[in-house]
Amino acid sequence: MSRIGLFITCVNDALYPSTPKAVVAVLERLGYEVDFPAAQTCCGQMHANSGYRRDAGVLARSFEAVFDSYDAVVTPSGSCAAMVRDQYPDLTGSDIGRRVYELSEFLLDVAEVEDVGARFPHSVTYHPTCHGTRALGLGDKPLRLLRAVEDIELVELPEADQCCGFGGTFALKNSEVSSAMLADKCRHASGTGAEYLAAADNSCLTHIGGGISRSGGPRPVHYAEILASDA
Amino acid sequence: MSANAGTVPEVVPSSSLIPAGAKFPKAAKVALGMPQMRANLAHATGTIREKRAKVAGELDDWEQLRDAASAIKADVQHRMPELAIEFERKATEAGATVHWARDGVEANAIAARITREAGADEVVKVKSMATQEIELNEFFEAQGLRAWETDLAELIVQLAEDKPSHILVPAIHYNRTEIRDIFRGKMIDAPTGLTDDPAALAEAARLHLRKRFLSAKVAVSGANFAVAETGSLVVVESEGNGRMCLTMPETLISIVGIEKLLPTFTDLEVFMQLLPRSSTGERMNPYTSIWTGATDGDGPKDVHIILLDNGRTDVLADEVGRQALSCIRCSACLNVCPVYERTGGHAYGHVYPGPIGAILAPQLEPGRHDDLPYASSLCGACYEVCPVKINIPEVLVHLRQEGPHQAGEKAAMGAAKAVMARPKLWRAALGAARFFTRPWRNKGYMRRLPWPGSKWTVSRDMPMPPQESFRDWWKERER
Repeated sequence: MSRIGLFITCVNDALYPSTPKAVVAVLERLGYEVDFPAAQTCCGQMHANSGYRRDAGVLARSFEAVFDSYDAVVTPSGSCAAMVRDQYPDLTGSDIGRRVYELSEFLLDVAEVEDVGARFPHSVTYHPTCHGTRALGLGDKPLRLLRAVEDIELVELPEADQCCGFGGTFALKNSEVSSAMLADKCRHASGTGAEYLAAADNSCLTHIGGGISRSGGPRPVHYAEILASDA
Repeated sequence: MSANAGTVPEVVPSSSLIPAGAKFPKAAKVALGMPQMRANLAHATGTIREKRAKVAGELDDWEQLRDAASAIKADVQHRMPELAIEFERKATEAGATVHWARDGVEANAIAARITREAGADEVVKVKSMATQEIELNEFFEAQGLRAWETDLAELIVQLAEDKPSHILVPAIHYNRTEIRDIFRGKMIDAPTGLTDDPAALAEAARLHLRKRFLSAKVAVSGANFAVAETGSLVVVESEGNGRMCLTMPETLISIVGIEKLLPTFTDLEVFMQLLPRSSTGERMNPYTSIWTGATDGDGPKDVHIILLDNGRTDVLADEVGRQALSCIRCSACLNVCPVYERTGGHAYGHVYPGPIGAILAPQLEPGRHDDLPYASSLCGACYEVCPVKINIPEVLVHLRQEGPHQAGEKAAMGAAKAVMARPKLWRAALGAARFFTRPWRNKGYMRRLPWPGSKWTVSRDMPMPPQESFRDWWKERER
């Protein structure tokens, strides 16, 4: 079996250990061996998208060095996977992105598993994050995995494809517009009455969750944690 | 009820509320505080968005059409000088007079001279973004000439003494009640007791405009396409006012950006399928006018075409940025943009607003709109609907990378890079973050952060680092 390198992302490294733990649990349940190279830091997305091309290049090169020896790199982030796949070829000339998979891509396209053996007896609404859905082209892959979870009740999120307003430094530079977008997302999320709001990116969930923490609504959760659950 | 202007509530032009020269974040804040405008915009963009998705979805070869359009436009950009000269030759052979304008001032001066030489002091206009871009109406007014807009939405904007807020639907920020009030207050021949019934409003505009069409000696238009092979111009419209302007006056002046060129007449097949579906959400638009030079006894006798550069050749020199010149001004990107939907067009401070404006304005006027590439969350909805496949997020990031950076931010980014490039430092920084946020750990979040974190906590709580990191858990597990 191929060697899988786990890229947890800087956001999860700092704030959300439960998400990469869930990725490890799901992959090991399916019989894969997972390795966590400790020298990993950040893919450079924040720098690249904020206009700091040279800084992003430095981080891209260190990502390449850390993950070069793996046959597959799996990450629980659509936007970081999209960064590596879309921007590295122009940034450093590297095609390592071909071996980098967002979790749902790996499960459906490589492992060819739709039912990962999870059980989650709760109501869940799903927000398709922009970079994962559009830049990476995930489509409904995470949702397909969620549909196969035992006892889950999926509730449709109105205007699901609208951006939550995060956009990295956009949330700070255009804070008012970002907040207006967030308010609508939170309103739609709480309107579903679901217990959980799932997504494929904890950065977006930090944003939506930060709003819901004030307005009330479903609890944000990375979908990997639902896939890992067998409660 | 009488049409006495004194009793009519005055509609304040939205563009006048935004401080002149305000950068996007500040201008957007003002726009966000206009609830009526936001409601109008959300309703209108939502409606067009749905119509577009429906009719685009009807075509099995939609993606192939997009690829074809993108390839044709890329070809035009590679062969611009050759195609422009071919167009000039063909149009001249067909009896048109072709002028070249380096910038807006030159184009306006040529148009004003032709108008005077035709013995006129006013023109009727077909809706045209190029003339908005070069501020032809303002130039004419300063020269003692008048330019009358005949497109319904442009007429509303002109009467309101406002500025267009959308490429295709310039009055999208007004609802019909406001339009009624604008007509009653500003249209001299508005009928007594005019209601806000759309049919009544359209009829009032029709009667008002008819007089202008019948008396106009000169018309000014833009063009959606300029076919090099034949020297033909194409105008795509919905109301028939364009057809009136293009056929009734003796003199016709068309101001055309050089990026509007298409190599062959057959290329129109691709764009005529994409444009109406992407812009108004219609399978086909009601009026398409195509003319080639001047024809004896049919239409204008004196046909002028002003080919406009106004920064376009400079944009052409940027390999990534030049795809902005593929734009066919359909506005699909505006209608799907979550930022545009909430701020409207005036906040962008340029005639081209929304996602396309955010990549076009800073390139057409270098150094003047450095804030606009940041007026996007990079959600990519614009790229998904663009009929000519302009990768707007890619160009936004490119312009951010090319543009200037504020010193404090640059230092912070440099410091973050320095830490993230050294795994040991990164781990130490994460450890420090966990240590110093211990007091808030039980609560789980922070409600208020000092600047610049305050920009975050203005509407969102900030989650706190956990007690045990993934790294600690992994190390323990490997033991």
